[in-house]
Amino acid sequence: MELAVLLKQVPDLAEELEIDASGTDLEREWMTLVTNEFDDYALEEALQLRDEAGGSVTCLALDTGSADELLATCLAKGADRAIKVGSFERQPDSHTAARAFATALGRVPHDLVLTGVQAIDDLDGQVGPLVAAELDLPHVSVVTHIAIGPGGRAATVNQEYAGGVVAELEVDLPAVLGVQTSRVTPRYAPVSRVRQLMKTAEMGHVEAPTDGGSGLVVEAMALPQTGAGAEMLGGGADAVADRLVAILRERGLLKA
Amino acid sequence: MSNDILVLVEHRDGVVAESAHELLGRARQLAGSSGGEAVAVVFGSGIDALAGQLGAASRVLTVDDPSLAQPTPAAYQAALVAILRERQPLLALVPNSGIGMDVAAGASAATGLPLAAYATAVEVDGGAPRVTCRIYGGKIDATVRFRDGRGIATVVTGAFPAAAGQVAGSPPVERVALPAADSRVRFVALHRPEAGDVDITREAILVSVGRGIGEQENLEIVGELAGALGGAVSSSRPIVDSGWLPRTRQVGKSGLRVKPKLYLALGISGAPEHLEGMRDAELIVAVNTDPRAPIFGVAHYGATVDLLDLVPALTRRLAG
Ligand SMILES: Cc1cc2nc3c(=O)[nH]c(=O)nc-3n(C[C@H](O)[C@H](O)[C@H](O)COP(=O)(O)OP(=O)(O)OC[C@H]3O[C@@H](n4cnc5c(N)ncnc54)[C@H](O)[C@@H]3O)c2cc1C
Repeated sequence: MELAVLLKQVPDLAEELEIDASGTDLEREWMTLVTNEFDDYALEEALQLRDEAGGSVTCLALDTGSADELLATCLAKGADRAIKVGSFERQPDSHTAARAFATALGRVPHDLVLTGVQAIDDLDGQVGPLVAAELDLPHVSVVTHIAIGPGGRAATVNQEYAGGVVAELEVDLPAVLGVQTSRVTPRYAPVSRVRQLMKTAEMGHVEAPTDGGSGLVVEAMALPQTGAGAEMLGGGADAVADRLVAILRERGLLKA
Repeated sequence: MSNDILVLVEHRDGVVAESAHELLGRARQLAGSSGGEAVAVVFGSGIDALAGQLGAASRVLTVDDPSLAQPTPAAYQAALVAILRERQPLLALVPNSGIGMDVAAGASAATGLPLAAYATAVEVDGGAPRVTCRIYGGKIDATVRFRDGRGIATVVTGAFPAAAGQVAGSPPVERVALPAADSRVRFVALHRPEAGDVDITREAILVSVGRGIGEQENLEIVGELAGALGGAVSSSRPIVDSGWLPRTRQVGKSGLRVKPKLYLALGISGAPEHLEGMRDAELIVAVNTDPRAPIFGVAHYGATVDLLDLVPALTRRLAG
């Protein structure tokens, strides 16, 4: 089973996001990036499937300058190969990313392509279905519980709907799957090992188109206008607790 | 080309999803300013009768075939692409659900129509759609237009009131031929959730925890607080994915929709997928150390203290 995993980094939501001077993009100068958490789940699933069914895991990331750290982390977790794709100043839109990944996958054997079901910056849609359309492969998103069928010709997956309802689907391979979560918590890669691999690991590189574009014109980016928002209760934990008890009592929400 | 606003309708067991009413209600208003019609698009088998639930649409297009009896991404996408190519609407609204996420981006790639994802607002201005997309986990709104004035938007559940789409009537049904069938993804079975020990949709008070709780051990003090309040513990998805709580306690898009009298959100950021499940609660109190957490956008009261300090302080006052 040849498994390919498509990964990217996204802004760390624990840091404050700011809008740049143009008013149409984030201020990216000092931005901290982290691996898209759903891509992390996709990688963990790929590693688990390889350990079950044999084969290898190849991780692909667009070469945006920070791809080395991302891919070294994949290798530290046990991926067999890492490939940088194209050459980009920064993470492009999903349509452009999908074209580049599709081109690269033309040179990477794959029975199954796994990627995160979504990312927080997928303004023009999710990469999985876009790559599948480029390669004319079947695709399922919001997937958990991947199981490879006999002979590796098909896989069964669970697709999640609202209310905990789950559809079990069978999909012919090769296919692209958008992973919602992994069967176990993604493994951890020690920072020292990642640092070392960034220096020593051999990473492949595949040329890919960098054009395409999303077809969207961003008029503005802004912090959401959420109406009045919450009334904030100041002070420490004790002061907040006092206020909350008073609020709940006033509304008749306290027992006795 | 037309100025119509298409809506992809989801349905199960003969009932259209709430998203259909939300989207059709908005489509009807938008069609008024675009000079087109609100058109419902339904895929399935034996679905003519669903038109009776789609009174907000001017017309219903169906692709009706036994092979579409259960939604599968490949078949749904092929059907949607065929309709988009033939009808060339001004805008197609697709729910940002499992099925919607399956088909919308693929349809965008196949038709060349751009896609605006995570939409929370849509208007028609100067004859062309303008879409507001809530991205970065709810922390940023991007306002976008389509390069050539036409496109697809996946819309977050709850973005528009369902009431505007709950209109009596049974619009005419027009059948569209099934495009070349794509059977590379096949339906096997539908699994419905088993009832849990606690039905969080019936609880008046929910103490809900997110990843901010840090360690599984901390669930204990949260349970004590829920006990003191006479409520139950619910959570965001990552807590359930970690196996710390059963799936039946999950609030949100792939969990349950709850409407308690009190929803106390502890260490939950307020991602759109979570807000979908709890924004209609009567009183929402959010505790999160990040003053910019999107949960404060829907909460009535908020505090930026550490939940591990607040929870015992609150329990002491209630128990004592
Ligand atoms: C198809 C799909 C369906 C999904 N369905 C659901 C769903 O049904 N339900 C759901 O919840 N999610 C769902 N998600 C996941 C969703 O996108 C988010 O990842 C998730 O809601 C985040 O959970 P969280 O708020 O607990 O974690 P985080 O986003 O990591 O937030 C943790 C928060 O805790 C705060 N915090 C940290 N420490 C403390 C402290 N000591 N005291 C107070 N605050 C603290 C942080 O500031 C942060 O805001 C779905 C995603 C997808 C793609």
